Amino acid sequence: MISNEVGYNSKVEGEVIVTRADSVINWIRKHSVWPMPMGLACCAIELMASAASRYDISRFGMEVMRFSPRQSDCMIVAGTVTYKMAEVVRRIYDQMGDPKWVVAMGACASTGGMYRSYAVMQGVDNVVPVDVYVSGCPPRPEALLDAMMKLQGKIGNESSVRNLSNKPEPTGVA
Amino acid sequence: MSRQFATCRISPNPLGSLDSMIDDDFVKSLLDGRDYLSFKHHEDCLTINCLPESLVDFTKHLRDEETFDLLVDLTAVDHGDGAEKRFSVVLHFYSLVHKSYLRIHVLCPDNEAPCIPSVSSVFPAANWHERETFDMFGISFSDHPNLKRILMWDDYPYFPLRKEFPLAGIEVPLPAADVAEVTGADVDPAPMMGGPFVASGNSRMSEAEPRAKDESWTEKSEKPL
Repeated sequence: MISNEVGYNSKVEGEVIVTRADSVINWIRKHSVWPMPMGLACCAIELMASAASRYDISRFGMEVMRFSPRQSDCMIVAGTVTYKMAEVVRRIYDQMGDPKWVVAMGACASTGGMYRSYAVMQGVDNVVPVDVYVSGCPPRPEALLDAMMKLQGKIGNESSVRNLSNKPEPTGVA
Repeated sequence: MSRQFATCRISPNPLGSLDSMIDDDFVKSLLDGRDYLSFKHHEDCLTINCLPESLVDFTKHLRDEETFDLLVDLTAVDHGDGAEKRFSVVLHFYSLVHKSYLRIHVLCPDNEAPCIPSVSSVFPAANWHERETFDMFGISFSDHPNLKRILMWDDYPYFPLRKEFPLAGIEVPLPAADVAEVTGADVDPAPMMGGPFVASGNSRMSEAEPRAKDESWTEKSEKPL
């Protein structure tokens, strides 16, 4: 990966740090992801395990689970999204402040999984933009942690400053 | 105490159980003088046909006089378009005294607009069961306090457990019009290629994700007949 990390030599620059705004913003963002557990089925149990002591999601700087969309910036869709629930998922997504990300956790949220049925939406990406898909039924906590680290990598490469100035018109429905 | 539990016998066939009071005499006394009932032979438990207009009175009798005071399940059967009477509602009761089940079959008189009386005034547990039966089969229950869909959304136009309804579903708009407008999503028939979609059971955890069992047919090549 091309380094967009902080370039700093204390012998030359003393107390001064020279960097790019993108690097700083992304560095801050990726280490303070506040996930919102959109727990819809059994994947939510594994999500809870990821947050508990054995797997400990807080090692990676994303342990502040918030059950309010207003306080969180990463929606983890953990479980089967029915057509009836899809509306709710979208409304909650729209209530989250920018910047925000979505992780589709497990086979059901990613593709409908084994539910090829009249009642189940075949992938939550029909209603919200998904950043990371996690395979598994349900995925093990390690898989979710890996996905969250992938998400951190993605956040680290975003053009945050340009996104700030070229912000698209909000299209929310909430 | 533990000895009591150890000697507690669970009979696979309640009709054949020695300490059960459900025997031929019981059935005879139940049917006696009630011409709206008829006996129906089933291997697993006592099954009785009942006419819809007498259902509420009979369930009340079962609850108050015969100790069948637990409504275990209420559902329906679609016998298909060719059947003379297409829908029947099935009720399962359990008696904690007899320790056995009792099943009631009610044939719905009308095939186009099937309707039977609600038993939710006798068994409150029937309330949601009847709503589900209405949701899935389109059978209405007269005198139900709140008969509306319970699983699908209110405007859904079909009854998914009827025989003619395809498992994949039928295309309809998303329940929320504003969400559909923003996302362009709607309710589409699910792709069925390679189905059924089940976990393979005895393989490793990492390989046990549900997947298409029969991969000989895909969207491109038809299912072999």
